[in-house]
Amino acid sequence: MHGELLSKDFPAIDAIIKKYGERKEFLICILQDIQARYGYLPKEALTRVAEKLDIPLIQIYSVATFFKAFSLRPKGGHTIHVCLGTACHVRGAERVLGKIKRDLDINVDETTKDMNFTLKTVNCLGACALGPIVEIDGKHYGNMTTVKVESVLKKYSIKKME
Amino acid sequence: MEITLNGVKVQVEEGWTILDAAKFYGANIPTLCYHEGLSPYGACRLCVVEIGRGGRSKLVASCLHPVREGLNVRTHSERVVKARKMLVELLVARCPQSKILQDLASSMGIEKVRFKPKYDDCILCGLCVRMCEEQMDAKAIGFVSRGVKRRITTPFDIKSEKCRTCGACMYICPACQLRCQGPKADTVLCSGCLNISPSCLEKYEDTMCYMDPCVACLKEKEGNKKDVKKKN
Ligand code: SF4
Ligand code: SF4
Ligand code: FES
Ligand code: FES
Repeated sequence: MHGELLSKDFPAIDAIIKKYGERKEFLICILQDIQARYGYLPKEALTRVAEKLDIPLIQIYSVATFFKAFSLRPKGGHTIHVCLGTACHVRGAERVLGKIKRDLDINVDETTKDMNFTLKTVNCLGACALGPIVEIDGKHYGNMTTVKVESVLKKYSIKKME
Repeated sequence: MEITLNGVKVQVEEGWTILDAAKFYGANIPTLCYHEGLSPYGACRLCVVEIGRGGRSKLVASCLHPVREGLNVRTHSERVVKARKMLVELLVARCPQSKILQDLASSMGIEKVRFKPKYDDCILCGLCVRMCEEQMDAKAIGFVSRGVKRRITTPFDIKSEKCRTCGACMYICPACQLRCQGPKADTVLCSGCLNISPSCLEKYEDTMCYMDPCVACLKEKEGNKKDVKKKN
């Protein structure tokens, strides 16, 4: 479950490790499963994996920071991708991004306090004609403006924004 | 096993690296990320040598490259010296405050740094990581992230339980040793102990002897320099 923060959820983590026969060579698979379960890689989970597999914690941390697919910070329920590719940029993507940052009060790669949104940027979503594009949970919203993006965000927010 | 080292046929043993052979026969190859007590890593490439003949020769890292029967190794060819100088120039630009890098620059006769100084505190040589893991058996630090963001840290960037604060990582770090704090301590290039690059290089495209620093030619050159100054 996303956002479910169980720092002492060791049986579940042990089960994941067991599934791969407690073998070091499956470290990435184990991390993927943990990430799928929690939406990110909790510190306690990584420490547990280090103990169980007898790998230095720093090695796991190296792997976890190497791949972009892994996140060490909790991710929000919805992930927003703002395209900052050339086409979107010239059509004002920066302004849209600025608006989102202000409205959600977060920076790029951060998550809102209520754990509802994580903000990311990308460098082209391959639909330049519709730029500026904002993608939320895989759904594309084209021709974004600072005004339009506000109503799009509203659709996803937990407590409707005043 | 026989290899040719700077034109001389020498006997080497199976399992040696080119660097081992060069050390055994006294050819001085500069190294940075290499340490006798640690496994070789091949990060700095400062130990480059030229192997092969003519147009098919190539540069390899001698601290990792094993010797092979009949290998032709040149430790100070024009191409090698040029490559090394470029590497040191880049490294100095990255960490101008490092004594070890400044010393290397001086001993190679580098007179200017054409790159923007970054005043970084790490050259990612990996010595500290290997020291901590192989000699201190602590495995407290390591490389994290990748690309330009690659850096050395502890897990989660907090104080590590594994670290015994032995200080070995700092002891071995080339960037941690600060350069002499003389009057020119804040310049990008110190050149305090600048040596003139071997004059034989220009003539023969190879260093002819392996004295370090190469004294004879240096003296001759300095004599010339003083003469020039007097005339002006
Ligand atoms: S001080 Fe800590 S990190 Fe450094 S070598 Fe010693 S144990 Fe490792
Ligand atoms: S901290 Fe020092 S020893 Fe460690 S990688 Fe960086 S330069 Fe090398
Ligand atoms: S630049 Fe935004 S979709 Fe291509
Ligand atoms: S000493 Fe060989 S690569 Fe650094």
